[in-house]
Amino acid sequence: MTGADPVVEARGLVVRRSGHVILDDLTFTIAGGQVTGLLGPSGCGKTTLMRTLVGVQEITAGQVTLLGRQAGHPRLRDRIGYSTQDPAVYPDLTLTENLRYFGTVLGLKRDKLTGAIAKTVRDLDLGGLEDRLVGTFSGGQLARVGLAVALLGAPDLLVLDEPTVGLDPVLRHDLWAMFHRLADAGTTLLVSSHVMDEAARCDYLLFMRDGRFLAEATPAAILQETGAADLEAAFLRLAGGPREEREERAERAEPEERAEKAAKR
Amino acid sequence: MSAEAAISWTLTRATARRVLAQLRHDPRTIVMMLAVPSVLMILLRYTLNNPLALNRFAPVYIGVFPFVIMFIVAAITTQRERARGTLERLMAMPLGKLDLLAGYGIAFGLVACVQVTVVLIISLTWLGVSLPGSAVPMAVIAVLDAVLGMSLGLFASAFARSEFQAVQFMPAFVLPQALLCGLVVARADMTPVLRWLSDVLPLSYAVDAMQRISTSASWTTAIGADIAIILAFTAAALVGGALTLRRRTR
Repeated sequence: MTGADPVVEARGLVVRRSGHVILDDLTFTIAGGQVTGLLGPSGCGKTTLMRTLVGVQEITAGQVTLLGRQAGHPRLRDRIGYSTQDPAVYPDLTLTENLRYFGTVLGLKRDKLTGAIAKTVRDLDLGGLEDRLVGTFSGGQLARVGLAVALLGAPDLLVLDEPTVGLDPVLRHDLWAMFHRLADAGTTLLVSSHVMDEAARCDYLLFMRDGRFLAEATPAAILQETGAADLEAAFLRLAGGPREEREERAERAEPEERAEKAAKR
Repeated sequence: MSAEAAISWTLTRATARRVLAQLRHDPRTIVMMLAVPSVLMILLRYTLNNPLALNRFAPVYIGVFPFVIMFIVAAITTQRERARGTLERLMAMPLGKLDLLAGYGIAFGLVACVQVTVVLIISLTWLGVSLPGSAVPMAVIAVLDAVLGMSLGLFASAFARSEFQAVQFMPAFVLPQALLCGLVVARADMTPVLRWLSDVLPLSYAVDAMQRISTSASWTTAIGADIAIILAFTAAALVGGALTLRRRTR
């Protein structure tokens, strides 16, 4: 996987759920071997976008290709690692039993399985917890178990939904260092967050709000373009300033926007 | 669909092992699954307090108790799998839907074997239930009944949005069947509409087979027909379960 090839390509992606537009006509690419950050407030569509990429969300319109195949293709299932905001592991199994089951599902066997488990346990600093029931873990430990399952099969693309929520700063720092080590080794990462101080750690950023992208660029380019002092200020500026101002403008713009949308249909 | 239809023995076995490992870490559930049918049988023996009546009713209940317990356990387990997000994780992984359902089937089938063995041993020794022939055919039918209950529970859980709803499927799906299966009133004595309803409900055949095997020393074609219907319902429920298990959500 060279850094130049886009690993993810989406064109005109729309997801509508019970009448609401969750993803509003997104067209973007994600480059290989980089850490791409998906930043935006909670409820803006980050999780739906990630679920679309891993193939568990139905698409209303548009095209999404990953690693040369359509989203949801069976061949992609062992090449994409996915971790959700909930740990999505079995609390009534030990750490090893969890990893062993998910590893087997990913097609790992015998020595390879044992090796992969040992490696992820080490990488995520879960040593010593192997034989404990996951249900007794702390929030931070649980989050890492969810991440461990995503990393287990050494996938080409990692889709991580808010992987660092609730982790202590030291661990967060270590995880980001690991994300970049993985990217240097050729893995493509898409990491979502609603914490803007994590944006600076990404190679590339997708700023999202209300189902649309406000910006797609490197952190440096976004700072330069907006003239903001930091990425949080840049996001606010791109989002159109404080709420009152925005609402006023939206009111004025609404009839026009509606006409535009109707024309599209 | 061809990739979906194929079943992987490795993944099925891994899933069965995982389900059994979950049970192993929950000793209280194991004890309840194994002990509840037997305790109910003991209760039945002393409430009837009449060897003739016991001989008539006991075989039916040996089929019904594991059926009911397996229904609830299977419905709740799959509902929990949905609520915890592990189902979504598995659906994003190379696990076939049938691998998952067959894995559950094997794991709960093994538990049903132990469950039925325990209740049969207690019934035939301590409680003094007598059979015209060997206990093995009855054990086989009781296990098939339990597996039928499990597959119906798996299927029903697709329609539950919460564990609370899943629990209520027991009275909603199972109790009507219990009323119509010939346990309360013989099926032959029902009005045509009820008789017709009884004919399309799976538990009727489970009970029918148990009644027949308890009065016949040898295998009959009627028992064979009952078993074929039980197996068909089981397969249909598992396939229905696979179809309602969606890889993608709207």
